[in-house]
Amino acid sequence: MNWADLRWLVPELVLAAAAVALVGADLLVPADRKRWLGGVALASLVAAGAACAVLLTDLGGLGAPGVRVFADTYTVDAFAVYFKLVALAAVALVALVSLDYFPGRTPHLGEVFSLLLFAGVGLLLMASASDLILLLLSIEFVSLSSYLLAGFLKRDPKSNEAGVKYFLYGAATTGVMAYGFSLLYGLTGSTILYDIAARLERAGPAAFLAVGMALAGFGFKVSMVPFHQWTPDVYEGAPTPITAFLSVGPKAAGFAALVRTLSVGVPLEQVNWPVLLAALSAVTMTVGNLLALLQRNLKRMLAYSSIAHAGYVLIALAAWKSPWALQGLLYYLLAYLFMNLGAFFVAMVAAEGTGSDEIPDHAGLSQRAPWVAAAMVVFMLSLTGIPPTAGFFGKFYLFAAAVDAGLLWLAALAVANSVVSLYYYVGVLRALYLMPPAAPGPIPVSAGLRAGVLGALIGTLAAGVYPQPLVTFMEVARRLLGS
Amino acid sequence: MPILTLTLFLPLAGALVLLFLPREDADRIRRVTLGFSLATFAASLLILPQFEFGRREIQLIEQAAWIPAVGVQYKVGVDGLSLVLALLTTLLTVLSVLYSFRETHRVKEYNLLFLLLETGMLGVFFALDFFLFYVFWELTLVPMYFLIGIWGGPRREYAAIKFFLYTLVGSLAMLLGILLLYFHLPPGQRTFDVLEIIRQRPLAGTGLLAQLAFWGFFLSFAIKVPMWPFHTWLPDAHVEAPTAGSVILAAVLLKLGTYGFVRFSLPLFPEVFRQHALLIATLAVIGVIYGALVAMAQTDLKKLVAYSSVNHMGYVMLAVAAAAYAYGRPELADAAATALNGATMEMLAHGIITGALFLVVGVIYDDRTHTRGVDDFGGLWAVLPKYGAVSITAMFASLGLPGLMGFVAEFLIFVGSFSIIPVFTALAALGVVITAAFFLWTIQRIFLGPTNPRWANLPDLDRREAWTLFPLVVLMIVFGVYPKPLLDIINLTSSQLVAMLR
Repeated sequence: MNWADLRWLVPELVLAAAAVALVGADLLVPADRKRWLGGVALASLVAAGAACAVLLTDLGGLGAPGVRVFADTYTVDAFAVYFKLVALAAVALVALVSLDYFPGRTPHLGEVFSLLLFAGVGLLLMASASDLILLLLSIEFVSLSSYLLAGFLKRDPKSNEAGVKYFLYGAATTGVMAYGFSLLYGLTGSTILYDIAARLERAGPAAFLAVGMALAGFGFKVSMVPFHQWTPDVYEGAPTPITAFLSVGPKAAGFAALVRTLSVGVPLEQVNWPVLLAALSAVTMTVGNLLALLQRNLKRMLAYSSIAHAGYVLIALAAWKSPWALQGLLYYLLAYLFMNLGAFFVAMVAAEGTGSDEIPDHAGLSQRAPWVAAAMVVFMLSLTGIPPTAGFFGKFYLFAAAVDAGLLWLAALAVANSVVSLYYYVGVLRALYLMPPAAPGPIPVSAGLRAGVLGALIGTLAAGVYPQPLVTFMEVARRLLGS
Repeated sequence: MPILTLTLFLPLAGALVLLFLPREDADRIRRVTLGFSLATFAASLLILPQFEFGRREIQLIEQAAWIPAVGVQYKVGVDGLSLVLALLTTLLTVLSVLYSFRETHRVKEYNLLFLLLETGMLGVFFALDFFLFYVFWELTLVPMYFLIGIWGGPRREYAAIKFFLYTLVGSLAMLLGILLLYFHLPPGQRTFDVLEIIRQRPLAGTGLLAQLAFWGFFLSFAIKVPMWPFHTWLPDAHVEAPTAGSVILAAVLLKLGTYGFVRFSLPLFPEVFRQHALLIATLAVIGVIYGALVAMAQTDLKKLVAYSSVNHMGYVMLAVAAAAYAYGRPELADAAATALNGATMEMLAHGIITGALFLVVGVIYDDRTHTRGVDDFGGLWAVLPKYGAVSITAMFASLGLPGLMGFVAEFLIFVGSFSIIPVFTALAALGVVITAAFFLWTIQRIFLGPTNPRWANLPDLDRREAWTLFPLVVLMIVFGVYPKPLLDIINLTSSQLVAMLR
C-alpha cells in the first residue's frame, strides 16, 4: 500500500478524527458546555468540505479525469467529490439545527454529533467506493450510525420503535445485497467494479439475479418500492433532525453508489438494467404519491413524499442513454437536499410552537411565524416542481432525460404524479395560510434552526433561479464518470 | 432603456419592498402598491413611443444569457398582440389595486400577491423563450391560489385547490410538449428560443409526436381559456375569488390561454391544428351556447358573469379555430386575418367589459348589500343612478350592442369565421341571441321595475369606485366607436401570422 495515497482520504480522515475525539470529549466536558461539541463537529465538517475542494485541485481541476487508489477499490473523481460535498452539506445543516434540538432531550450531546460525523464518513466512502466489499462496508457504516441515531431518544417509545424497525429492515436488505454481490463475484472472480465490467461477458439469468438482489440494498437506502416499508415509521419516530438527515444523506449516497455500481460495473450490453429501473421508477413514484395523499402527520407525509422523489430520481437511471439523465440525477439530489431539509426544519419550528406533528394542528402558522411559513411555501412548491425553484429545474431535467430517451410514458406518468403531489403539498400550505391560527402569539425560533431554514431557502431559490454553475459541474462529472 | 424588462420587474420590485414594510401599516402598504402598479402602467405606456407601428415582427427584443448549457436564455419582446395584452394587464392591475383599498384582512400579503401576479402575467406575454415562458406561466398560479384561498367566499379552499390542480395538469402537459419540440431540434442547435423553434418547426412531419405535442399545448391552453369541457374550475374560482381576483382572473388570466393558442399553437403546429380545427370549433360552439344557456339559468349575478365568460371565450376560440382551418388556403387568408383580429379584439373587449362587470358585482355585494341574487333587487337604477348607468353600459357592451367594444370584436369574429366555417359560425351566432336575452333580463330584474324598499337608502358609487369603473366604461365606448388605432396594432400580428400560415 502506498501511504501517499492517503491524501485522497483527507476529508474522511478529518471527519473520523473529529468523531472519535467527540466520543471522548462527551465524557469529559461538563453538561452545560456540551453545545461546544456541536461547534467542533461543524468545524470539522467545514474542514472536510475544504479538503474536498483541495481534492478537486489535486485532481488537476474540474476537467481532469479521476484517480483510482488502493488497488482500484477507491475512486476519486468529480462525481465522487460532488456527492461528498452534498453529503457534507446535509450533515452540516442537520448538525446546525441539532444544536438547539438535542439539549434538554438527551444528556449525551457529544454522542449525537459523533454519530452524525461517523455517518458522514460512511457517506463519503460510499461516494467513492469502486469495490463491492468496500461498498458493502461503507453502506453498513452509514446504516449502523443511522440505526443508533434513529433510536437515540431512549425514553421515547416511538424513537425506539424507529431504531429497531430501521435495523431489522436494514439487516435483511443488506443480507440480500451481500448475496447479490457474492453472485457477481462468483460470475467474474473479482469484487472490483472495473474488473467485473470487463469480465461480465455471458449475462445469464444469474447476472440479472445478482443485479436485482444488489438493488435490494440500494433500494433500502433510497426508499425504493418494494424496499420502502420502513420509511414512514422511521421518519415519524426518529428525532426530527435525524429524520431530515435520513431523508437526504443516505438517499444521496445510496444513489451515488447505485449509479457507480451499475454504470461502471454492469455494462448495458450484458444486463439491460434501465428497463428494470424504469418499472421500479414508475411503481415507486406512484405508490409514494398515492399513500402520501392519505397522511395527516407531516413527518409521515414527508416520508411518503421521500419515496415518491426516489421514484423521480430513478427516471435518470431508466433514461440512462440520455446525456441529461445523470446530470438530472446529480442536480435533483442537491435540490432535494435543500428543499427537503428545509421542509423538515420548518416542521421542527411548527412542532415547537404547536407541540404536534399533525398538519391540521399547524393551522395559521403564517400568522405566528411569517418568515418561516413563507419559506415553507417555497419548499412545498419546490417539492411539487413549480418554478422558479430548484425542485422545478430538477424535474425539468429529469423529464427532459425521459423525453430524450424516448420514455414518453414514464415522463407522462411522472407528470400525473406531480399533479397528485400538488394536492398534499398544498395541503400543508392550506393549513399554514388558509386556516386561522389555533393559538395566538409568535413562535420563537432558535438561532440554529433559523440559520438552517435560511440556508435551505437560499439553496432552493439560488439553485432554481441560476443553475448554470451547477450545470457546468454536473456536465463534467457526467463525462468523467467511469472514464 | 430596457423598457420591457423594466415593466416586467417593477411589480416584483414592489413586492420585495412590501416584504419589508410592517404589516400593521396598512395604509402605507396600499399606497406603495398603488404606486408600483401605476409606475408599471406608466412604463408599459412608454413602450408605445418605442414601438415601430410599421413592423409586423416581434420587436424591442431584450436578451441575456441565463442557462446557456441547455439553451435557455432570458429573452423578451413584443408585437401587436402581446403589446395590447400587456397594456390591458397593467391597466387592470392598477384598477384592481385601487378597488382593493377597502380590503382590511391581511393587507400586506394581499397586495404582495397582486404585484407578484402582475409580473407573472406580463412575463407570459413578453417571454420569447419557452423555459422563461413556463416559469412565468406557473408564477401566475401561486398568487391566484392564495388570493382565492385566503380572501375568497365560503367555498374558497375547494375553489382554490381546484383552480391550481386543473391548471397544473395543463401546464405539465405543455412542458412535455416543449421538451418534445426541443429534442427534435438537431443536436448542437438545441434551444428554447421561441422564434427559432417556430422557424424550424422541429416536429413537422413526425406524425404521432407532433400530435402529442399539439395536444399537450392544447390541454394547457384549453384549460386556461377555459374551453368546454375543461371549464368546470372556472365558475368555482370566479365565484369564490375576491372581487379584484375575479377581475384579474377574467380579464387577464383567461387570455393567457387564447394568447397561447395564437402565439404558439398556430405557428408551431399549423398542419395538426388544421386537422383538428373543426373539432376545436365544435368545442368552441358548444362553449358559446352552453355558457350562454347556463348563464341564463343563474340567479347569482357573479355566477352569471362567470358563465358569460365561457360564452365569450368561445367566440375567441371559434375565430382561432377558423384561422387554423384556413391554413394552406391562400384565398381565405384575408378572412383568417379578420378572424384573428376579431379574436384579439374580443380578448381585449372581454378583459375590459368582464373586468368591469365583476367590479360592478363587487361594488354592490362587497359592502352594500352582501347579496348578489339577481332576484333580490329591482328598480336599483332609480336609487343608484351612476352605478346603474355604469352597470347597464357594461352589460350592453357584453351582449354586443353596436357602438360598444364588444360589438366590434364579435362582428369581426363572425365576418372572418363565416367565410371559413359558415355552419359553425351560424350556430355560434345563436349564442349572441341568448346572451342578449339573459343580459336584458338581468338588467330588467335588477335595475328596472319597482324599487325594492330594502335598498332604498343605498349610497351611490363613491369616488374610488368611480375611478375604478369609469376608465373601463370610457374604453368600451371609445374603442366601440373608433377601434381603428387598436386594430392597427392588432392587425400587425394577425397579418404576420396569416402570412406565415399561407
